[in-house]
Amino acid sequence: MAIVSSLAYLVASVLFILALRGLSHPETAGRGLTYGIIGMVIAIVTALMSPQVDGWVWIIIAIAIGGTIGTHIAKTIEMTSLPQLMAGFHSLVGLAAICVAAAAFYSPETYGIGTYGDIKTLSLIEMALGLAIGAITFTGSIIAWGKLQGKISGKPIVFLGQHKLNAMLGIALFLMVIMLCLTGSAFWFWTIAIIALALGVLMIIPIGGADMPVIVSMLNSYSGWAAAGIGFTLHNNLLIITGALVGASGAILSYIMCKGMNRSFLSVILGGFGGDSNSDRAAAADMGDKNANIGAAEDAAYIMQNASKVIIVPGYGMAVAQAQHALREMVDLLKGEGVEVTYAIHPVAGRMPGHMNVLLAEANVPYDEVFEMEDINREFAMADVVYVIGANDITNPAAKNDSSSPIYGMPILDVEKAKTVLFVKRSMGSGYAGIENPLFFEDNTMMLLGDAKKMTENIIKAME
Amino acid sequence: MSEKERTLSQSAQELVERLQELSDNAAELALEAGDVIAQSGNNSDPFIITGLTVFVLACFVGYHVVWRVTPALHSPLMALTNAISSVIIVGAVIATGAASSSGFANFLGFIAVILASVNIFGGFIITKRMLHMFKKKV
Repeated sequence: MAIVSSLAYLVASVLFILALRGLSHPETAGRGLTYGIIGMVIAIVTALMSPQVDGWVWIIIAIAIGGTIGTHIAKTIEMTSLPQLMAGFHSLVGLAAICVAAAAFYSPETYGIGTYGDIKTLSLIEMALGLAIGAITFTGSIIAWGKLQGKISGKPIVFLGQHKLNAMLGIALFLMVIMLCLTGSAFWFWTIAIIALALGVLMIIPIGGADMPVIVSMLNSYSGWAAAGIGFTLHNNLLIITGALVGASGAILSYIMCKGMNRSFLSVILGGFGGDSNSDRAAAADMGDKNANIGAAEDAAYIMQNASKVIIVPGYGMAVAQAQHALREMVDLLKGEGVEVTYAIHPVAGRMPGHMNVLLAEANVPYDEVFEMEDINREFAMADVVYVIGANDITNPAAKNDSSSPIYGMPILDVEKAKTVLFVKRSMGSGYAGIENPLFFEDNTMMLLGDAKKMTENIIKAME
Repeated sequence: MSEKERTLSQSAQELVERLQELSDNAAELALEAGDVIAQSGNNSDPFIITGLTVFVLACFVGYHVVWRVTPALHSPLMALTNAISSVIIVGAVIATGAASSSGFANFLGFIAVILASVNIFGGFIITKRMLHMFKKKV
């Protein structure tokens, strides 16, 4: 029986790998998802068949409750809320890991790792690891969710001695793991849980709204490591393999996001950078004597209709204003007049990896019209018009030519090379890093001040 | 040497240093693990070695597979990995259904099965919704 279940878990592991493999192309992604679902069904059925399980009633009830809630959430959620949904889901993995670790602690016989109060040292270490990572994932994800949802200010919350406190808690955690191994008492088990929960909160509060793509990816990674930790505790290879896959995936996404901002992972984690992107800081004073061209929807419509090549640059503002459908309508009108239109996506546009791609796909934009930064950056010089909608810092030329700028060195989309740049923004405010964008004051730039969706709709009206 | 080449060689240098560090760490870890096994004598638990082997290899597999994921599908990737990381439901199912477990452990398992199920159903369905959007071509 043990051999059969081990083999079944192996099959599930392979199916999970194939599921991720499928995502290498949109055409094969659907098949990948099917592999993933089959893998999960095999895993759950195998667990139900395992000799320790004596009754299915409560298990089925729990799956029914959780499944109903999960299905409801996934079917009703708006695609613009995807980042906070992901953060919320990660927190559940963290909490589940805490529960499983605790269950293993109180009834180790079930998993063959000792008896209550007398668990093998190695198993205790593994258990503590799964517990601590799970707890950090749980509270960290809740804070990230709150920031993304706007329940907690997106501004970094910093206080004196924050890093020292975190370091001390980290050391305390380490000492408590040793205490747990020495005593095997429940007191230390729960102390580890509490310290790790506090650490999760403290780690995420100093991180600003715009660094959220890194944080969401990082928590994704942690949820994987937590699963792997539990896998070690329960001696289950499927959990270890899956945990490692998810952990690696989240780590790679974090790396890509950091590279997209030219920031080290450490500086993101230490936090304190950037503010609440929803608050348009009044930048009227900063503008000094420089003048920006402020245009109207009619001007924008005229310019774009007379262009032959237009590139759209979407950013988080598009998501906030839910402007993707109006945008696509506008593009359809332009295409109808023979204008060539493509989309350019910066790696950190939005609040999670691939956020913009999903929103554009939701608005029925074919994915082969959407290009990543390195594939399209050359094209800007040939474009007549660039339509920047809800993006700012990712177009800021200061990142290339002003070594004193906080975002110096960050790769940007070369929109300034186009003949005309149309900037849709709510106000002349600066971006998340509080950095002024010199592009606003260029002669070939026209500012379209207003809500991204309303402005786009007005342009559509002017075109018709 | 152009600046680009310099930064490239610098980062290569860094990479080498990091790898060196990493391999040192791994060597230390292996030694420690070996000690632990040796100390535990007859009660030795060979699973840790199997587990570590599986873990490290799976990290490599994950690394290579994930780098091939197209950036356009990074959001579905996150939703899918979120769903499959809830495979800890396996542990939760056993905790819930085991008569050998205490009532408290059964209860914890029950809660964990609910949480993981929310994630599994939610994660797969939201992935499906997203992929469906990418499929529609006009």
